Amino acid sequence: MAYSEKVLDHFKNPRNVGSLNKDAKNVGTGLVGAPECGDVMRLQIEVDESTGMIRDAKFKTFGCGSAIASSSLATEWLKGKSLNEAAGIDNMDIVEELALPPVKIHCSVLAEDAIKAAIADYRQKNGIAVEEDAATVAG
Amino acid sequence: MQQRRLIYLDNNATTPCDPRVVDAMIPYFYEKHGNAASRSHQFGWEAEDAVDYAREQIAQLLNVEDKEIIFTSGATEANNLALKGVFEMYSRKGNHIITVETEHKAILDTCKHLEKSGAEVTYLKVGEDGLISLADLEAAIKPTTILVSVMWANNETGVIQPMREIAQICEKHGVLFHSDATQAVGKIKTHPREIGVHLLSFTAHKMYGPKGVGALYVSRKNPRVKVTAQMDGGGHERGMRSGTLNVPGIVGFGKAAEIARLEMDQDAARISKLRDHLEQELVKLEETKVNGNVNSRMPHVSNISFKHVEGEGLMMTFNQNIAVSSGSACTSASLEPSYVLVGMGLGDDLAHSSIRFSLGRLTTEEEVNSAIELVRNGVNHMRELSPIWEMYQDGVDLTKIEWSAH
Repeated sequence: MAYSEKVLDHFKNPRNVGSLNKDAKNVGTGLVGAPECGDVMRLQIEVDESTGMIRDAKFKTFGCGSAIASSSLATEWLKGKSLNEAAGIDNMDIVEELALPPVKIHCSVLAEDAIKAAIADYRQKNGIAVEEDAATVAG
Repeated sequence: MQQRRLIYLDNNATTPCDPRVVDAMIPYFYEKHGNAASRSHQFGWEAEDAVDYAREQIAQLLNVEDKEIIFTSGATEANNLALKGVFEMYSRKGNHIITVETEHKAILDTCKHLEKSGAEVTYLKVGEDGLISLADLEAAIKPTTILVSVMWANNETGVIQPMREIAQICEKHGVLFHSDATQAVGKIKTHPREIGVHLLSFTAHKMYGPKGVGALYVSRKNPRVKVTAQMDGGGHERGMRSGTLNVPGIVGFGKAAEIARLEMDQDAARISKLRDHLEQELVKLEETKVNGNVNSRMPHVSNISFKHVEGEGLMMTFNQNIAVSSGSACTSASLEPSYVLVGMGLGDDLAHSSIRFSLGRLTTEEEVNSAIELVRNGVNHMRELSPIWEMYQDGVDLTKIEWSAH
């Protein structure tokens, strides 16, 4: 199976690799997947508390090239978005952008889960109730 | 930048044809294009002579009689013929077959098929080192047991089973012994009669011959073994496998066997040194594990888990330069990691982190040195990206984390 140019680009030059302070109040961390399943993603967002927008995003991923590319792309998309906008990122958007084959769709699902888990963590830390339009976050 | 040649370290998947093999085959596509079953003219006689000669070359490699070699399309067909053929031929004696969890799918799926036809199959487990327990084997034998099938060397780890001891147990209980020797024939000494193996499957394309041709050795005396044909037709191969013989392929197979017989020892000595060097350098990286018994292993194989790094991702860092295989799920559609490694008690996480290096006749020292550097850089790069490597370094106990399996 050949990888798409975009997957290769994100794999070779991953964007936003690293860690944010997970104890900071304005940082939300999502850790999803399991080593036994061959994929673990940790995605973190840093929220500008004055504007409510995502100021920074970082990731680290244990997984195949498509998993790394999916999480790298997710961090790019997250920056500058509001939490509600971020929660609206759909895994199929990632599939389309990276031209992932069917066998790699689970990588995009994991990235979506990681985004939602990071948002949920931020909201929980800050006592923000989940808004109706983002009711799927807890799932 | 200097263009590197792609380094091929996946010889357990298939080997390149030796140029001497290709040279031997070429006349049989054009001027000597006859059907070996044509008894009435020169073309047929020529083809038959060529097949007879190749059969002799292959028999010499195994130190058996040439009539004991049945040509097939490959090892998968040979395995099917051995298992299904024995099951049908010896159905009056019993229906019980013993094999091993870590066999190739050509054995396991054939056994699954036979179970639907009334066979009872025992799948022996292996230890952490990949070896079966002889006590388990003997305990599994019962009056209805007709066949024990144990692979000579494993395709993923290179681990060699205790063939002689298994044969002695089979002998003691009067049970036939088949071995899938696909990974062993042509690379180490595999003399079935001397060991006590009654049926032996192997293929040309793992020993520098062409794809699409293999063989089943079937013992003709002490004991005289018969298998029921699985392919009906013109009664070729003493009635055990009908179908026009692949003459050029068989000629190439014979040449490959002759070369292997003459050069095996020197090849194995050279390649095992390179393999040992590769392995010793790579296990200098932290948190690595060599999979399988290193004292009973093929000379050209090394299977290593690089903890906290996923195999396919790791391969992607160097697959422009090196061709290897991984036990990671992501290389297959199933999403399940290698059942061979999991069967050896490796956790799924370590199975996902494994890479199989299989060297070959054409592997050079320079290639191995390049591979060491590329793999080392790849592992370091992937660990920089790995959240679980970071956790490990921070002293987090990964087994205590509640992972969200998906």
